[in-house]
Amino acid sequence: MLEIAIKGSKNYWLWIVFLLAVIGAGGIVYIDQFTNGLMITGMSRDVSWGFYIANFTFLVGVAAGGVMVVIPFYLHDYEKFHRITILGEFLAVAALVMCSLFIIVDLGQPTRMLNVMLYPSPKSILFYDMLVLQGYLILNIVIGWKILEAERNQVEPPFWTKPLIYLSIPFAIGIHTVTAYLYCGLPGRGFWLTAILAPRFLASAFAAGPAFLIILCYIIKKFTKFDPGWDAMQTLSKIVCYAIIANLFFFLCEVFVVMYSNIPGHAAHIQYLLFGYHGYNALVPWMWTSLTLMGTGAIFLLIPQLRNNKTLLPVTCAMIVFGAWIDKGLGMISGGFVPSPLHHVTEYAPTGPEIIITLGVYGTGFLVLTILYKLATQVKEEVHG
Amino acid sequence: MMKKSKRSFLKVAGIAAIGLGAFPAIHFASSDSHGTAHTVKSPNEGALLAHRWGMVIDTNKITDEVVENIVEACHKAHNVPDFNHEVDEEKYPKTRPVNHKQEVKWIWEEGFHYAFPDKEDEFLAERFHDLPFLVTCNHCKNAPCVKACPTQATFKREDGIVLMDFHRCIGCRFCMAACPYGSRSFNFRDPRPFIDETVSTFPTRSKGVVEKCNLCAERLAKGEQPHCVEASEGAIVVGDLEDPESEVRVLLNEHYTIRRKQSLGTEPSVYYIM
Repeated sequence: MLEIAIKGSKNYWLWIVFLLAVIGAGGIVYIDQFTNGLMITGMSRDVSWGFYIANFTFLVGVAAGGVMVVIPFYLHDYEKFHRITILGEFLAVAALVMCSLFIIVDLGQPTRMLNVMLYPSPKSILFYDMLVLQGYLILNIVIGWKILEAERNQVEPPFWTKPLIYLSIPFAIGIHTVTAYLYCGLPGRGFWLTAILAPRFLASAFAAGPAFLIILCYIIKKFTKFDPGWDAMQTLSKIVCYAIIANLFFFLCEVFVVMYSNIPGHAAHIQYLLFGYHGYNALVPWMWTSLTLMGTGAIFLLIPQLRNNKTLLPVTCAMIVFGAWIDKGLGMISGGFVPSPLHHVTEYAPTGPEIIITLGVYGTGFLVLTILYKLATQVKEEVHG
Repeated sequence: MMKKSKRSFLKVAGIAAIGLGAFPAIHFASSDSHGTAHTVKSPNEGALLAHRWGMVIDTNKITDEVVENIVEACHKAHNVPDFNHEVDEEKYPKTRPVNHKQEVKWIWEEGFHYAFPDKEDEFLAERFHDLPFLVTCNHCKNAPCVKACPTQATFKREDGIVLMDFHRCIGCRFCMAACPYGSRSFNFRDPRPFIDETVSTFPTRSKGVVEKCNLCAERLAKGEQPHCVEASEGAIVVGDLEDPESEVRVLLNEHYTIRRKQSLGTEPSVYYIM
């Protein structure tokens, strides 16, 4: 099937070349980081995780969000999702490729990364995170590929794909739950030490993942002959609506608990994010932007006239994706480190090189996504067209 | 002839086995399967031993001068880089400027409110306000960093000391997120240009690995007291927390002591006499 990827229009190749240029730039800066260490980043002794881990966390959510098309189609026989299920699965693959890359670029000694498998440590949540992420990646590659191949040959997919699909559902929940457990099991970090963290992660994932998928559907419709279907996008937008409201509600629960109980070790982080702490407030405008975007997005999706507006929907979705990205990417990780366990305030902002490496990773993910979507849409065009 | 070569083989094997002993995790794995590695368990003659090592710091005896001596003695002996050190341009050309937020430290001074943020008293006795408090790794009984480490590069020895294998660490920094005391430092860059005089009795680190206080395990093994104890003019005592007769236990019995964030259940092994 891969031969499809090397036949494309001029625009297709321009896009590929652009992505390769972004990847190349990221690669060159990464060589510097590899040689000189993570000193080129804005991370510090107090804020020891930054942009890489934040984007990793966000993308785990995007990957898990794919399950929001898998469940209706495979568990409820919701036919309208037939055409977009493969898009959800391939989006998960691309997101997980980026997740793996973000972990690798974050390592101080990337050449030793196999130590995680050579010295398996069942008490470390990172060990389980590796297992579920790799498991979910393999599941989605196998399922997506086999089903697309079957569709191309116009035969039934092999019988063993069914149990794999069912297995992929708990895996999707699992990747984001275990990723939340990385943070919420740490005794000294009041911001993360909350049982609502995993549910909150899932809610934001089920909003951002499908919202991004809707945007991708628009792009596909514009640039290919394949139409994912307006009905499918409408259903997706309802899923996004419920999920983003759940996300905002969970956040409200979190804010109430820490602010009303007023325990300093817990409240200080929310204080820092929303209002500033001892004069430090780098993230305050970002957090309010995020809340405004997510809140407005929720309202736009709640009102049927606005949700059904074909021009407004992609904008609403972009607002929700960006809002969730700020919330999880900028706030969730930095917020946990500021103030530090000794209540010192060290603020964090990514450096230029750090941002270029991050873009390089996104470039790689989009390259994978472009190729996989090229295959999927082409096959569907051939079969249905 | 035959006998001789056999004996020298055993000698080499013995040395190799001792080498393995330096890595308890590997030793654990090998002793399971072979059982011959038992010999490595016998410690050096004259080594200082304990069931669980602990430290008592008498805050009454800590002055700014003592703090300075302790920090210098520890950092010098362990090749901890000092970012204020002027780099030897000939040896390390083109060294980039430092970011002091990325510093490395094993033991350092904090104010009371930072060392004990959960013991914030609005009307704390004035003398505590200006008192320097020494903070370092607490060698917790339930160490969150040991649990977090995905490669067992951070591990707990049977005698309670939390140690690191700098050659196994992948630099994921999960341990730094896990430590409630900010005791861990990451080598964001090659530390060697910032070491004034490299000491040959302790390894230097490479970039990309985490490090922290090791309670001078290398000195205890030789029967010597940790550097901080020697430089402290009697302010710091280390000993066996599980031996009721030990000096640390006598001190704990005679004085009111506090520990950092003990409500978290990590069971720090460093006590402060108030």
